[in-house]
Amino acid sequence: MSVPEKKAGFKRKRKSDFGVALVFLAPNLIGFLIFTMIPMAFSLVMSLYDWPLTGEHTFIGLGNFVKLFTEDVLFWKIMKNTLVYVVAYVAFNVLIAMGMAVWITSLKKANEFFRSAFFLPMMIGIVSSTMIFKWILSDAGLVNSLIRFFGGEAPNWFGSTSTAMVAVVIVSVWQGFGYNMVIFISGLLGVSQSVQEAAKIDGANAVQTFFRVTLPCMSPSIFFAVVMTVISSFQVFDQTFVSTMGGPNNETNTLVLYLYNNAFKYQRLGYASAIAWVLFFCILIVTAFLMKQQKHFVNYES
Amino acid sequence: MRRKKQIVSIVLITLVTVLFLIPLAYMISTSLKPKAEVLQNTTALFGSYFAVENYVRAWNAFPFGRYLFNSIFVGVATTAVTVVTSAMAAYAFARLKFRGRDKLFFAYLATLMVPLQVTIIPLYMILRMLGWHNSYAALIIPPSFTAFGVFMLRQFFLSIPVEIEEAAKIDGCSRFGIFTRIILPMSKPGLASLAIFTFVNSWKSFFWPLIVTSTDAYKTLPLGLYMFSGQYGTDWSALMAATTISILPGIVFYVVFQKGLVQGIALTGMGGR
Repeated sequence: MSVPEKKAGFKRKRKSDFGVALVFLAPNLIGFLIFTMIPMAFSLVMSLYDWPLTGEHTFIGLGNFVKLFTEDVLFWKIMKNTLVYVVAYVAFNVLIAMGMAVWITSLKKANEFFRSAFFLPMMIGIVSSTMIFKWILSDAGLVNSLIRFFGGEAPNWFGSTSTAMVAVVIVSVWQGFGYNMVIFISGLLGVSQSVQEAAKIDGANAVQTFFRVTLPCMSPSIFFAVVMTVISSFQVFDQTFVSTMGGPNNETNTLVLYLYNNAFKYQRLGYASAIAWVLFFCILIVTAFLMKQQKHFVNYES
Repeated sequence: MRRKKQIVSIVLITLVTVLFLIPLAYMISTSLKPKAEVLQNTTALFGSYFAVENYVRAWNAFPFGRYLFNSIFVGVATTAVTVVTSAMAAYAFARLKFRGRDKLFFAYLATLMVPLQVTIIPLYMILRMLGWHNSYAALIIPPSFTAFGVFMLRQFFLSIPVEIEEAAKIDGCSRFGIFTRIILPMSKPGLASLAIFTFVNSWKSFFWPLIVTSTDAYKTLPLGLYMFSGQYGTDWSALMAATTISILPGIVFYVVFQKGLVQGIALTGMGGR
């Protein structure tokens, strides 16, 4: 059925590049469909099944989610651990990154050298960093030797329930804050000098200028960095897998580690998929919450 | 007064930097201490002699050359596939007109929100079906098709004035010619950033190689180091020697590409995290 008016309208518009577009799109689109889109959709389906690695899979509706939320005692502990990690990691990461960024930009010399030094662990990677800290924080390691030298009580960092998460956060922050520091340094350099000079002429001291002028000007980039850091920290896995395997007594067991164990150790693929979607919703809810809150402290005017 | 303040500030930050880098110094120090002395004098910087044998021990138990080759090969191939296919798709989304374009792009964007772990289990099953377990294809292909590259390059292409393309078109240049002779050369900083991010991500990747490989032949450096620590977990001097070896290539890469990496991060705040 042809509709003449529509056809005329179509002709008046620039002609469609459908053929060319297909050529340009195909290589990426095919890969994207097979390795991102389809797995994503399929993962949602699997989360509704009891799906062992081998053998029959059976549809159980929201059974996996119900089990997670009501029967699985470990799950709530893991949720708590993950949240504790996210809050501690994001807070220390952002505060230290900002502090160092301000300090480094205030220097007249060698700022690039110091920036490189603090960014270096980003390139070392979290697995190697965790290896180094496993040794430094081991019983005979440097930190405990120093604590004993000064007469303190040396903790069993990765091995005791009260300090394991602290140790994981220490490694992660040491390795990771350099990234946000680089973002903040470029943000600080971008805040126009004239605005800061104006504040100074108006009688503001350095601290006032920083909190009332510089920080508000940078708030969009800080906000974005916080959101990205929150999202990535929810996915913490490498450092706990390498250092503690989630122990002791599941004190450092987090969502992705639990997902991994369910999928590849206990071979409960459906259950693991449900955990993956819980992870997604955690990220979604927290991101939405931050987006909603941003109008109170993010300034998009400058 | 101001000068004095600057000097104090530089001295203090130097101290903080030294403290911050102590873990690395300690790693190298331990890697050069004789095995028998490691647990005795932990605060000493040097052992009774430089125990190069730790490196020999680590080197023999740790197929470093193989892991390094795998890491570099997987990193370079992933980068090539990602950059080429993302640039082509990004051009289609930025400049070509076809039905459903915006909807399709929205689908790409939506997947950026979903954490990688969501796709892991079905991906693992797809790879088993394809017989890709323990293969370079498994390490390279799936990580090359995330939406990030398309998203980033589309933004970049949109900032190029359309007039330039239109002029080329009038001169008889084909779409493909416009893409390769105008768009790509004008987007070098964006392409470079994406290439560096993709390589760094692949280089540091642990979760994905852990899932798709089980033999030494396909292990990458982080995974190899983890395996090594499983066997030599309490031989600290050998473990620190292996760690030192495994981080060196990354540091060399960092020294060479530092400028591009830092600029890219400042520009997007997303890649290479």
